[in-house]
Amino acid sequence: MGPGSLRSAAEAGADQLRIGVFVCHCGTNIAGFLDVDAVAREAGASPGVVYSVTTMYACSESGLKEISESIRKHNLNRVVIAACSPRTHEPLFREVCGEAGLNPYLVEMANIRNQCSWVHMDDKERATKKAAALVRMAVAKAARLGPREPIEVDVDRRAVVIGGGIAGMNAALDLGDAGFDTVLIEREPDLGGRLRGLYRLYPSGREAREVLEEFIPRVIEHRHIEVLTATELTGVRGFIGNYVLTVRTGGDERELEAGVIVVASGADVLEPHGLFGYDGERVITQLELARRMSQGSVEAGTIVMIQCVGARLPEREYCSRVCCANAIKNASMLVEEDSGRSVYVLYRDIQGYGTEFEDWFARAREAGVVFARYDPERPPLVDSRGVRIYDLLLGEEVLLPADLIVLSTPMVARPDARSLGQMLRVPVDKDGFFLEAHVKLRPVDFATEGMFLCGAARWPCRISEACAQASAAASRALVPLVNGKVVVEPVVVDIDEAICRGCGLCRDLCRYAAIEMVENERGLAVARVNQVLCKGCGVCAARCPSGAMTLFHFTDEQIRAMLRAARPALLAGARHGDEGGSAGGVR
Amino acid sequence: MEGSVLVIGGGIAGIQASLDLADRGVRVFLVEKNPSIGGRMAQLAKTFPTNDCSI
Ligand SMILES: Cc1cc2nc3c(=O)[nH]c(=O)nc-3n(C[C@H](O)[C@H](O)[C@H](O)COP(=O)(O)OP(=O)(O)OC[C@H]3O[C@@H](n4cnc5c(N)ncnc54)[C@H](O)[C@@H]3O)c2cc1C
Ligand code: SF4
Ligand code: SF4
Ligand code: SF4
Repeated sequence: MGPGSLRSAAEAGADQLRIGVFVCHCGTNIAGFLDVDAVAREAGASPGVVYSVTTMYACSESGLKEISESIRKHNLNRVVIAACSPRTHEPLFREVCGEAGLNPYLVEMANIRNQCSWVHMDDKERATKKAAALVRMAVAKAARLGPREPIEVDVDRRAVVIGGGIAGMNAALDLGDAGFDTVLIEREPDLGGRLRGLYRLYPSGREAREVLEEFIPRVIEHRHIEVLTATELTGVRGFIGNYVLTVRTGGDERELEAGVIVVASGADVLEPHGLFGYDGERVITQLELARRMSQGSVEAGTIVMIQCVGARLPEREYCSRVCCANAIKNASMLVEEDSGRSVYVLYRDIQGYGTEFEDWFARAREAGVVFARYDPERPPLVDSRGVRIYDLLLGEEVLLPADLIVLSTPMVARPDARSLGQMLRVPVDKDGFFLEAHVKLRPVDFATEGMFLCGAARWPCRISEACAQASAAASRALVPLVNGKVVVEPVVVDIDEAICRGCGLCRDLCRYAAIEMVENERGLAVARVNQVLCKGCGVCAARCPSGAMTLFHFTDEQIRAMLRAARPALLAGARHGDEGGSAGGVR
Repeated sequence: MEGSVLVIGGGIAGIQASLDLADRGVRVFLVEKNPSIGGRMAQLAKTFPTNDCSI
């Protein structure tokens, strides 16, 4: 470990600042490109700092232990960690300091990795200077930090699920089974979603109707679930634990209160107008085929399925994932039903994930389904005699005399997903599907707390996946429901109503609708902030013309102190620049 | 112990299941045969699609 600088406790005085600084090597990530010892040494001489050391990996178990032991041993009342990004590591350091008995909001980070060692790899001297300056600024800010207690909010222990497809029903059942009253909203007159239009399902071969007959009564009869069909969502306000949704059923408006919201609004299927001669008669979609199969009305000797219709193109790059398995299942069943039939599947690539896929693929080939690969540059051509395909394996053009042509089209976002997203204040991706908080680690959470998503609303998926996501979303939603309260970050804005002059600028600027204009006792309009909704972005505070707003952890006083602390470094930087000027460098 | 859950395997799935249960106040025993939890993901420097370590 690097040099320590420890002044006597007597010198600092018991009620005075006792700042501890930990400068992280991050292995060689930081220490390889700047002089961490020098940074720690300089920090040790800053006002209020009683302890300053370097540490190999501040976030490792031993690094954290060292920090908490130092807090106790040296009676530290502020901690500065010069390491990486507070976005990823601040919660960890706050927690550790909290456990060591220090208020977690008395911790400040200086990002000397991303802002120094990574970006100034080839200039050790100046990277070191800049790191020292950032640490000085962090120390100046730390000296002005105050303790803060987390904000606790009561949670309304009820849930609302939007969309009564398989995902929504499953989520409602899980929430209801856990004993929480749940309202399931469906805009159609019946529950069931996409499954209402399907016949036999991949991979089980069961009829969709049977699955629904099993699910729907359980949902409708559940004592904790209220089903509202033919119901439109018209508005949402509130925040985690305290949402208020307005819904309209026929002419009746109603308000629903809930602590959490699960979005299971599903997806549409692309209608291939203008593609491959689509006419709904001889050239149909897989959905229409499912309808005909369920009625036993497929009258065709030669059937050609074309995959990836309207999918995996520049305007719709994604793979819809269900259509290959669906086509293979339907093709197998069509041949198994009537061995006199010829069924061809024209594909670009076969999307075959999951353990059951190979079995179905083998089953289709054994049944006699013919698979032929086409080149998207030379797509199949549909004319009155059938389908012409340039078979990539044969290397020649083949005419398939088809009676029925079935187009596999992708699932697409519902046209109103974007406006539903705006109502809920949650994002959609470029294709219009809802966007989760983290593609890897938070797949069923929205970034907005208390909102969750599942099923085809998020991305094309199979029923098993829709159900797994629904159970996951319900499980995540159960955390606040079971606890009955949530804790939110207190890094929020305070408004001094005595100074506010009621211009309303802040309310208009806040992206999180956290500010409301209210009338005070003297009948004047003033801004009031909902500290649960406030994300602490600071946009309002920066703009307030009267200085009525204080953003906790970024007060004017703290920022001015940081600027003052930075100044010597800026001046030094300028001098350094002058020296370099002889080489003709302009900075 | 009553009302507790045993999670077998300390990879990302086991870790997440344990966290969600613990956040609900359930006592969890997470069992992993290796000396540290993290599983496969902890062995990978970067995982798609975000290409960070995320652990
Ligand atoms: C042709 C085709 C064949 C398929 N075959 C299979 C198969 O064999 N096996 C398989 O596993 N999967 C199959 N799938 C996929 C399967 O359909 C989906 O996985 C499943 O439907 C997803 O369920 P969901 O509840 O997420 O969405 P959906 O079934 O789309 O249900 C969403 C529901 O939400 C409602 N809704 C939407 N917006 C609102 C709103 N604002 N307010 C209120 N209600 C709203 C809708 O009306 C709908 O009822 C197939 C898909 C297609 C297109
Ligand atoms: S699942 Fe198959 S048909 Fe559907 S988009 Fe993907 S590759 Fe194309
Ligand atoms: S911007 Fe400032 S003065 Fe204007 S309403 Fe908001 S707090 Fe009040
Ligand atoms: S800090 Fe940001 S989120 Fe909070 S009230 Fe101001 S603008 Fe809204």
